[in-house]
Amino acid sequence: MKKTMFAMLATTMLAATAASAQEFRVGLQEDPDVLDPHRARTFVGRIVFMSLCNKLIDVDSDLNFVPEIATAWEWSNENKRLTFTLRDDMVFHDGTPLNAEAAVANLERARTLPDSLRRSELASVESVEAVDEHTIALNLSRPDATLLAQLSDRAGMMLSPATFESDLGTNPVCSGPYKFVSRVQNDRIVLEKFADHPDADQYHFERLIFQPIPDSTVRLANLRAGDLDMLERLNPSDAETVRNDAELQFMPVAGLGYQGITVNVGDGERAQNPLGTDKRVRQALQLAVGRDIINDVVGNGLFDPAQQPFPPASPYNNPAFPVVERDVEAAKALLAEAGHERVSFELSFGNNTTAMAINELVQAMATEAGFDISLRPTEFAAMQQEMQAGNFQATQIGWSGRVDPDGNLHQFVTCEGTLNDSNYCNEDVDRLLNEARLTPVVEERQALYQAAQDILQDDLPIIYVYHQPWPFVLSNAVQDFKPYPDGMLRLKGVSLSN
Amino acid sequence: MLKIIARRVLVAIPTLVLVSMIVFGLQKILPGDPLLAIAGEERDPQVLAFLREKYRLDDPFFVQYFAWLGNVLTGDFGHSLRTGVPVSTLIAQKLPVTLQLAVMAIIIAMLIGIPAGIISAVRKGTATDYAANAVALSGMSIPNFWLGIILIMVVSVQWRLLPASGYVPLSVDPIQSLRTMAMPSFVLATALAAYLMRHTRSAMLGVLSSDYIRTARAKGLLPRSVILKHALRNALMPIVTLSTLLFGELLAGAVLTEQVFTIPGFGKLIVDAVFTRDYAVVQGVVLCTAVGFIFMNLVADILYILINPRLRHPQ
Repeated sequence: MKKTMFAMLATTMLAATAASAQEFRVGLQEDPDVLDPHRARTFVGRIVFMSLCNKLIDVDSDLNFVPEIATAWEWSNENKRLTFTLRDDMVFHDGTPLNAEAAVANLERARTLPDSLRRSELASVESVEAVDEHTIALNLSRPDATLLAQLSDRAGMMLSPATFESDLGTNPVCSGPYKFVSRVQNDRIVLEKFADHPDADQYHFERLIFQPIPDSTVRLANLRAGDLDMLERLNPSDAETVRNDAELQFMPVAGLGYQGITVNVGDGERAQNPLGTDKRVRQALQLAVGRDIINDVVGNGLFDPAQQPFPPASPYNNPAFPVVERDVEAAKALLAEAGHERVSFELSFGNNTTAMAINELVQAMATEAGFDISLRPTEFAAMQQEMQAGNFQATQIGWSGRVDPDGNLHQFVTCEGTLNDSNYCNEDVDRLLNEARLTPVVEERQALYQAAQDILQDDLPIIYVYHQPWPFVLSNAVQDFKPYPDGMLRLKGVSLSN
Repeated sequence: MLKIIARRVLVAIPTLVLVSMIVFGLQKILPGDPLLAIAGEERDPQVLAFLREKYRLDDPFFVQYFAWLGNVLTGDFGHSLRTGVPVSTLIAQKLPVTLQLAVMAIIIAMLIGIPAGIISAVRKGTATDYAANAVALSGMSIPNFWLGIILIMVVSVQWRLLPASGYVPLSVDPIQSLRTMAMPSFVLATALAAYLMRHTRSAMLGVLSSDYIRTARAKGLLPRSVILKHALRNALMPIVTLSTLLFGELLAGAVLTEQVFTIPGFGKLIVDAVFTRDYAVVQGVVLCTAVGFIFMNLVADILYILINPRLRHPQ
């Protein structure tokens, strides 16, 4: 009798622990960097922050802004004052309240910390004040249409001010549904459910484990072997196998970023070649390259052709600029008009297998139209430096993408833009893009971006090739997961069936 | 014995200084700005200027090097530029992992390689010998990242016998730890075993043809006694040297294997650090590895003396 009781007790206990110790294991492509939203810079870091920290506002799958810490917001003073009303039921993981004072402290830190990477995002903010215990206001030096988008990401994330003096990058204390437990660099980051989160009952996992597994084959093998529940960034070459695998769910989504070819069109020595000096040669290159072919051959259907920098989900993606179809004859004619029979140039790119495949394909397609491209796979950090120094002719490189259209264009093509490696400079484009930052009215901005694109699609300092996809793969046990264009994991309501 | 050790330690110091200086110099020559790697995509000029000053990246080479050296002598190995974690913490986290991988790999290699070499030498010229040689050659030729991925596909995905990747510390769960390390150490061991087998074979062959072996056989000793007690003991010297040197190399981190199996050891750490121009981490790991290698050399010499009585007393 005693033995049976004991056995029953033991089984119930084991069963209980098995059910409540529900873990959700995510395979990441890289190891995140410092876990401080104000100083972090990686995409995978943002994935971790999504569960660890709450932010003022969030985005939905149509890139509209939705409440999170803030329940409501409004513009006043000719779009130079932004007021947020905050929830009154949120606390930080250390128990301190998330009120207006804490929010102001965070925004001040994001603006003033010397190595804050959010400073340029909040450049238009002149001052921040706590209006009352649950209301804050930001006063701007000029209207800034991009501000809401910035506050829907790391710039709007809230850390506990009590930890500001500590080494919070290795032990972050936020207010999100999960709190930080531990991290072993290159191995795993472990988060645990935060019981005092107001929405705690909608999060069904007790622990989240993020594991960076850089090799995409091994990452997929882990998922198949049951050691992971989901992974991000499937290698396109594995797409067919995954589509045909009944035990996996394939959920690709077109992201906010793009991959393209940046041409050096400045005044430097390396830009003095037909490609860099004559826009007709660049237009010919565009005609020689078939984006749909790249999507087919290398992308396995995942590389949505891109003609413009704005993602398909964005209201600023303009149907006035359809994807240019490959036309070898037209390319040859343009080259002839520019006075060249054959044009040769050097195309550098970051050394990975996907980029290599894409650029070999570009090389092959462009040869038919009269381009002799020499490929130069380069180590990424070295390539970044060469681009900044203007020591390149053309580089195939991408951009991770931002919610606001300004984030995908302004710094790349304005004369003083920090990311303007192509050294393109056009006063009209500058004026149009600067104006587009000042008004939050969507229709007005659409008109301004269209006018700017009319010039840019003709000059082609950057030839966009495809929209960066976020190919998520999940095991069949995962329920109610939805992929978002920003590539982030929103785990509210997601569960594992046993 | 103590004199030998003391002398070796003294010689080690200039070696370490030279190695660290060369590696530091190589990193500085590498194209690529570490700040671009850590300052984020947006390249805020203010942040770049602040970080450049904070990490003194504009100072002349020797100023930077001696600043680093000075800190090391007080125990401060600096911080990772990428994550802010202290380098000493990183080393403390990853050294046991690499040690475990190295120990398991060398044990498996010795268990496979040395007996195979002995059998191959004793049965020289027979089918067994040729078979063993063929296996050794394939072990040395098969790229270990390929072997690793194939093993993951078969053993983890299809048979579900072992975890596909990752690492569990011995102190947390010894069984699971051994399970996660089984495939990586096996993969590393295949190449090492092949090496050991070939060297054991040639060492044994050299010894088996000597006079005292003939005498031992003539005396009527059991073949097993002849081979193991007389021949092997004399042949051990080159095998011991090779094993300790191989172990030292393993301590440097089996980069490809660690990448494939996602083992958070030294190899992965240093490769990532080089790609992100994380100077402090590279210097710390190189120093650690160099110390480890020098130490293993010393161990090899001591083992020499222990195994061969003739070396104990100077002539």
